[in-house]
Amino acid sequence: MTRAAEACFHCSEPIPAGVVIRAHVHGRDEPVCCHGCKAVAEFITGAGLTDYYKYRDAAAARADEPPRPDRWSAYDRPELVERLTRAEPGGARSITVLLEGLRCAACSWLADKALHLQSGVLDVSVNPATARARLVWDPARVRLGDLLRVLEHVGLRPHPISGEPAEQLAILERRTALKRLAVAGFGMMQVMMFAVPLYIGESSGMEPEYRELFRLVSLLVSVPVAIYAGWPFYQGALQAIRARSISMDVPVSIGIVLAFAASVWNALTGRGEVYFDSVTMFVFFLSLGRYVEMIARHRAGSVADALARLAPVTARRLRAGEVEDVQAAELAVGDELLVRTGEVFAADGVVTDGSGRVDESMLTGESTAIAKDPGARVHAGTQNLGPPLRIRVDAVADATVLSGIVALLERAQAERPRLAKAADRAAAWFLSRILVGAALVFAAWWFVDPSRAFAATLAVLVVTCPCALSLATPAAIAAATSALARRGVLVAHSDALETLAKADCVLWDKTGTLTKGLIRVEEVRPLRGLAEAECLSLAVALERLSEHPIARAFLASGAAGVTASDVEVAAGQGLEGTVDGRRLRIGSPAYAAGLAAQAGVPAGLDGESWVCLGDPGGMLAAFRVTDQLRPEAGGCVTRLGELGLQSEIVSGDERAAVEQIAARTGIARFESRLRPEAKLARLKALQAEGRVVAAIGDGINDAPLLRGADVAIAMGRGSALAQSSADLILVRDSLDELPETVELARRTQRIVRQNLAWSIVYNLAALPLAAFGLVPPWLAAIGMSLSSVAVVLNAMRLSRGSDDRRGRHWSLERRAEAA
Amino acid sequence: MSILYVLIPLGLVLVALGLWAFFWAVGNGQFDDLDSPGWSVLEDDGAPPAPRRGKPAMDEDESP
Repeated sequence: MTRAAEACFHCSEPIPAGVVIRAHVHGRDEPVCCHGCKAVAEFITGAGLTDYYKYRDAAAARADEPPRPDRWSAYDRPELVERLTRAEPGGARSITVLLEGLRCAACSWLADKALHLQSGVLDVSVNPATARARLVWDPARVRLGDLLRVLEHVGLRPHPISGEPAEQLAILERRTALKRLAVAGFGMMQVMMFAVPLYIGESSGMEPEYRELFRLVSLLVSVPVAIYAGWPFYQGALQAIRARSISMDVPVSIGIVLAFAASVWNALTGRGEVYFDSVTMFVFFLSLGRYVEMIARHRAGSVADALARLAPVTARRLRAGEVEDVQAAELAVGDELLVRTGEVFAADGVVTDGSGRVDESMLTGESTAIAKDPGARVHAGTQNLGPPLRIRVDAVADATVLSGIVALLERAQAERPRLAKAADRAAAWFLSRILVGAALVFAAWWFVDPSRAFAATLAVLVVTCPCALSLATPAAIAAATSALARRGVLVAHSDALETLAKADCVLWDKTGTLTKGLIRVEEVRPLRGLAEAECLSLAVALERLSEHPIARAFLASGAAGVTASDVEVAAGQGLEGTVDGRRLRIGSPAYAAGLAAQAGVPAGLDGESWVCLGDPGGMLAAFRVTDQLRPEAGGCVTRLGELGLQSEIVSGDERAAVEQIAARTGIARFESRLRPEAKLARLKALQAEGRVVAAIGDGINDAPLLRGADVAIAMGRGSALAQSSADLILVRDSLDELPETVELARRTQRIVRQNLAWSIVYNLAALPLAAFGLVPPWLAAIGMSLSSVAVVLNAMRLSRGSDDRRGRHWSLERRAEAA
Repeated sequence: MSILYVLIPLGLVLVALGLWAFFWAVGNGQFDDLDSPGWSVLEDDGAPPAPRRGKPAMDEDESP
């Protein structure tokens, strides 16, 4: 690798050989990898936002194509604006958009600044955690389409979101939980403050007047804690009882209610003990655990959103020969739609007229466009790359394939981790025994010493509360999940961490996983003495008019200059057109040679990786187009090897291509030309040897492999189907984080085991002491809380930053290696 | 020691005030995003005094 490894100024990806594009940035020419990145970089610096490049901590998304401003014109239409946006005071409108490519806080800064440069923008709030932005603007001064255009210009593609009940519910839930937590926390601190003098007064004497005062004030402070902050536990307990089951909430509620009621009675009558300190502390720590769990759950919800945004909001309906724009929600089965070039299908349907190509990569991961003729099925969310198509709608809204995938994913997310479920079952078993035990203890003490019966029973209930047991797994998994989410690894099934920790073998898909899945022009071979740049510019002139993935490769490689006319498309073969009065063909070697009188295909150009340019005089040039190896792939494989995970490639590609990739990544074992069933068979064979297999893939052809694997990992840009089968999703579409994830999974398992061991030992030791009345309720509460806190703090070690730094360091080393 | 009859209610009032302020902040969306405001200090140009933080996405009752 020589100069080819020079990194793009904007997206930091290596610039392919033969590509010379410079973005003019602050009087300097910076190298960029494609025209899309050039446009974005020049727009950003031109708008005075260069600071973005200084402060960002993640490279920008590669702009695969230059922005297409006309895409947003639809959002200038009043009826669409009416439906997508909300009215704000003063005639302003607001909208929530999801920003694709928002990777770090600097990106949100960029979006914010770029929008504020527009007149008429009243307010912008960008949330990098959820990749959502809320815009408020004055429709009289600026149009929505213009704002969306600006966002696309800075490389953040906006997806307007209409109604978002789920998102709003999540915000509401988060806010309410935070308030309850605050009430419990403040209450606990106050009650402690009064509890200390009361305990000291017990031993060293205290005037009854102040004793009364402290007890009544404690009562006053505890009321909101017990009622408001404790409310979710009572609700949960009621639900569990109605469902004739027993959950953690039942003994928790019984404990709170009994202790609180007894304390209130004693405080009012001025006799006996009060347990307000125990009650408030109990509620606070339980609420804290619930809050952490809820945050992790909300974070996992964003993948489904990302899928749901694929379907467009408008469609063109044909009715009585007239084309009318309608909202996608209004479509019905039987409607006929006109879908123009570049548009996304709003519903599933059957092609009735026209034949063209459709990009189904968002559903299948297949980067090659699929040919569609009348009678073929098309799906919502896919993009028409060819000529306009007419389709008859046969499924809308929830019946579409896209919605099915979204539903699948949501269901998968609702499942709780296997390990946590086991702990909950264990806890429920434990709880029912505790309730029986507490009743026995009460009965026994009633005969021995009725005055101590209540205190001992309460101590048993509180001290043995298995919250540490129940918290042991969720706390560790929540900490690991959030640590991973910060690094761009999304955990879709949390029991995956358990399996990943044990994995000893990795099966790799090649295209899109070890390689980038983006076709690039790797080599230009002039055949009749033209300069490389000249060959490229002729090719680009022709390919500019096509939307084929190979054409995109040429456009990304740059150099234009001339324009082509009279272009004709030969489906599946190539393009023919006139450039500077010269008739040219570009496409497969045989097709390109077709213009010349004596067809001569040069030797050594067989196979799919060569595209040729020809004119009536013969061949002009040949271009080798290939997929690029991910720069981090080699380092990742080596690191995984060090961790004891053996790598193996299972690919559907030709042997030569797979062999080359295997050699470059240092993978000894590889199998080529495998069909999906064969991949699965290989997987089963490994599993039969007793190995725990992780599989990494991106496309629909990997879905069976991913489903069969012990732990499945999908790439962030892969197909939705692959992602819905996956346990882990590498959101940043980079392999960098994979070894770190394995290490973190192993540490998580260690910490879960420590936590479980500790809480079991604690509960077993405390129970007899409490039953014999040796533990006063306040001590029981402290012991119980400390055991929970110990478990939570132990788990929090997983989310500390030291490893983050190490990860970054490693990825820097890796970049240096690649250069 | 009778000063306690003044100090304790005073303390309770302060706690109530603190809680009220926290509730207001939560309801105002101050805790919805804890990452990006850190970056806003980097805006070193005298940007237009447009409010950076949004109004809450929804207005909810501040009382429990």
